[in-house]
Amino acid sequence: MALLELAGVSRSFGGVRAVNALSFAVPEGEIVGLIGPNGSGKTTVFNLISGVFLPNQGTLTFAGASLIGRKPHEICRLGIGRTFQIVQPFNSLTVLENVRVGAFRTIGDPDRAAHEADAVLRLVGLSHKREALPPSLTIADRKRLELARALATRPRLLLLDEVMAGLRPAETLEMLELARRIHASGVTLLVIEHVMRAVMSLSHRILVLHHGEKLAEGTPQEVSRDPEVIRAYLGEEYRPA
Amino acid sequence: MPSQYVIHLAVMILFFAYLGAAWNILGGYAGQFSFGHAAFFGLGAYTSTLLHIHYGVSPWIGMALGGLAGVLLGLGSGFLSFRYGLRGPYFALVMLAFAEMLRLLFETWMSRSYPLGLPIPLKGTSLLDFQFRDKGHYFYIILVMLIAVTWLCHRLARSRVGAYWMAIRDNEEAAQALGIDAFAYKLLAMAISAFLTALGGTFYAQYFLTLEVNELFGVQISVEILLSAIIGGAGTVFGPLVGAVALQLLSEVTRVYVRAFSGFDLMVYGGVLILVIIFLPQGLLEGMRRPYRAMARALST
Ligand SMILES: Nc1ncnc2c1ncn2[C@@H]1O[C@H](COP(=O)(O)OP(=O)(O)O)[C@@H](O)[C@H]1O
Ligand SMILES: [Mg+2]
Repeated sequence: MALLELAGVSRSFGGVRAVNALSFAVPEGEIVGLIGPNGSGKTTVFNLISGVFLPNQGTLTFAGASLIGRKPHEICRLGIGRTFQIVQPFNSLTVLENVRVGAFRTIGDPDRAAHEADAVLRLVGLSHKREALPPSLTIADRKRLELARALATRPRLLLLDEVMAGLRPAETLEMLELARRIHASGVTLLVIEHVMRAVMSLSHRILVLHHGEKLAEGTPQEVSRDPEVIRAYLGEEYRPA
Repeated sequence: MPSQYVIHLAVMILFFAYLGAAWNILGGYAGQFSFGHAAFFGLGAYTSTLLHIHYGVSPWIGMALGGLAGVLLGLGSGFLSFRYGLRGPYFALVMLAFAEMLRLLFETWMSRSYPLGLPIPLKGTSLLDFQFRDKGHYFYIILVMLIAVTWLCHRLARSRVGAYWMAIRDNEEAAQALGIDAFAYKLLAMAISAFLTALGGTFYAQYFLTLEVNELFGVQISVEILLSAIIGGAGTVFGPLVGAVALQLLSEVTRVYVRAFSGFDLMVYGGVLILVIIFLPQGLLEGMRRPYRAMARALST
């Protein structure tokens, strides 16, 4: 049984069908990429999984437990961490304190939680900014902070929403490397990404969304050869070698 | 021996520092800006006083019961506000509405039996009755209350609870995504803040020994409660104390020395407040720290 399963999930906003009869599974230990043009419903999928929105139809299960009707904080406690596409730091708290908020999920003692937060900061390469306030960080560091905070809650499944968007090529490579390290530490990843090459090289499997529906699913090679995908989305941006 | 006037001034400073600290838990740390803390304040004062007058309950016990009444009111008003997702100015105004409702309720109720205000029977000096001829006793009582609440804030600010409150204050969605039950933690802040504010109401009642509905539940006390915290530095342990010292001294100085015409002292007082809010939006404490940081930075480079 997969760690995360969506079956027939739909969600509309007013007249807009943001997600339509979507089914997919994320097996434990994999990296699954979620791609699609702007407005194709990727972030909405994350918001449905993390309990920000209720689906109009369908079921979502995580490790055998239904996610429907659970609040975002309950879903985090089940073991699902997430980042936000538009980073949401706690601006009056230092970088260390931001990450410590995440660490407090499993560790009640303030000093031990800070210790854990320090370890996570080392992992993501933000230790030298531990006393900085988020508004003073570069975009790349803010994305790292966003990731570190979610990681500090010790999730089994981590949802990453465009953590590589807006980064320079060198920073993108660092972020890829970081994602691989997190995965190697035993965390399952579901990754929304716009940087095509990045997500293709990172993911075991790719899911392509188009107008809220699943257009294709398979290995990066299969998906990148799929004529429908090329027509709908990849054509202009990505040509398989 | 300091004069009774100096002691009175000191009591007022500590008293508003205490109330500011109580407000600060909800308004400063948890970021839920209440504009109606008079509700808890008045409820505490009337609970202990009515129990004392009608049932002979010691005001000390009444103080604890008033605190519990404050907790119930806090949980009720907090449940309604937070359940329906009221934030920022909407929450502030709903709290103001709760305080005004209580004011009208008590006015209707009290104006029948006590049209000239509710007097507490004078007992001279009696510890059991929470009454002292010498103001110095009140000074020590409010000093202990202030130390206790400051210690509590210090402990909370460094704990998981405090970190969660500040996370909710800065970004509620992100806080929830990190496993924080924002609703529960906001209610907790409300309950503690309401409890402490209600205790302050009883202290006020025993210090002035007469209760007037419009003073205890009025908008003015709601504003005065939050001003010390805001002016000193919301969300800091010593902000309310710094704010209370500054505000009480400013208010005394303008009252005594600025008398060009009636009301001029209040204009000056208001003007200084506006300047502080414009130029030191983080409060006086942050304003005092800034030169030190600049100096430290200059020295380290
Ligand atoms: N909270 C919301 N309210 C109204 N419409 C929304 C909301 N969230 C998403 N949508 C709509 O749903 C569609 C999918 O959006 P989104 O999931 O953000 O796409 P993506 O992340 O793939 O760019 C868009 O048409 C968007 O306008
Ligand atoms: Mg998106």
